[in-house]
Amino acid sequence: MGWLAEVPDPEIPVVSVVDLGIVRDVAFDDDTLVVTITPTYSGCPATSVIAFEIEAAIRDHGVDNVRLENQISPPWSTDWIGPEAREKLRQYGIAPPIDGTAADGRRVARLLGEGNARVECPRCGSANTAEVSRFGSTPCKAAWRCNDCLEPFDYFKCI
Amino acid sequence: MSALCEFALRMGDNTLILGHRVSEWCGHAPVLEEDIALANTALDLIGQTQMWLGLAGEVEGNGRTADHLAYKRDAWDFRNVLLVERPNGDFGQTLMRQFLFDAWHHPMLKWLSENSAEKRVAEIAEKAVREAAYHLERSADLVIRLGDGTDESHRRMQDALAYHWTYTGEMFEADAVDGELADAGVAPDPAAMKPGWDALVGDVLAEATLAVPENDFAHKGGRRGQHAEHLGHILASMQFLPRAYPDARW
Repeated sequence: MGWLAEVPDPEIPVVSVVDLGIVRDVAFDDDTLVVTITPTYSGCPATSVIAFEIEAAIRDHGVDNVRLENQISPPWSTDWIGPEAREKLRQYGIAPPIDGTAADGRRVARLLGEGNARVECPRCGSANTAEVSRFGSTPCKAAWRCNDCLEPFDYFKCI
Repeated sequence: MSALCEFALRMGDNTLILGHRVSEWCGHAPVLEEDIALANTALDLIGQTQMWLGLAGEVEGNGRTADHLAYKRDAWDFRNVLLVERPNGDFGQTLMRQFLFDAWHHPMLKWLSENSAEKRVAEIAEKAVREAAYHLERSADLVIRLGDGTDESHRRMQDALAYHWTYTGEMFEADAVDGELADAGVAPDPAAMKPGWDALVGDVLAEATLAVPENDFAHKGGRRGQHAEHLGHILASMQFLPRAYPDARW
């Protein structure tokens, strides 16, 4: 697990595949190292690159017999991103996910308005922000902008 | 073919064909943000397809993979509803099709994730339902914004609704396969999803100031492999490369 903590996510390189909760388990099956990974979004294009990088990292540490297994249950959740990784995301310019605001198919403004959680600008910390688009540069993010410092930024969607 | 295999094909072909249709917008959407949103929605749908068609191949037991099923079947072997192969038309038509589908897809996945007696179906649904929830919220919001928008956007959304309406009934028709699945507790009776869909669609269309069409005719056949001409054209572009260059790899 320590080796894999050095494998960066290909699209958000400040956090590792372990930070994001993509690596679920590492165990030996006889002489083969089995790494169990879970996809973030089911169509995330980074998934195959992540698998490749994990395999390469393990071979670099001298283990030649590696097997990757895909596990979809329980489904990946942003709840698995720890506080340190969230801080790394913020410093990188991505507002971290706000727990408990995942979509459930009802049309309620979870991130706007009185009493609701607000996305804080990762640059100036202002809560005076607005959603520009429900999707951003990757499936896991949405496009937001800060109404105070006027910078656009990515928000890591809660799922 | 077992009922479970048939069910996985129906679910996977819906997401495959809709995902491919939506991906056709890549680089053509009215604004950059919507272009990205459409491409990401398509990605989610294609990702879900890999799970459903993967399950179909596994259940079938003849060694066919998700790629095999996507690229090497002909139109009459596809089991998607006719709605998802409808042409993209303008942005309003694309969004209305998405909303009418999402309003069925999300409750369906929710039922499967909570109730399906088949563990593999429940697991796939549990993964996909979170993405479908996000799709539904987005498409419903945009239907309202455009329906209750300018005169032109309102007209286009009302036209889009009329264009797709007679293709929605197929989502709730039941055949012998559905009966077998419902008896086994694998999937709900499709007709049981109708009242919830009517209520949700009715609420959103009312807020969008759009009139619900009165025509209750339903085009059917997609789930049995009888498709409109559109599917053949989709397959021609989607399957060209793997058929012309078998086993091509990145």
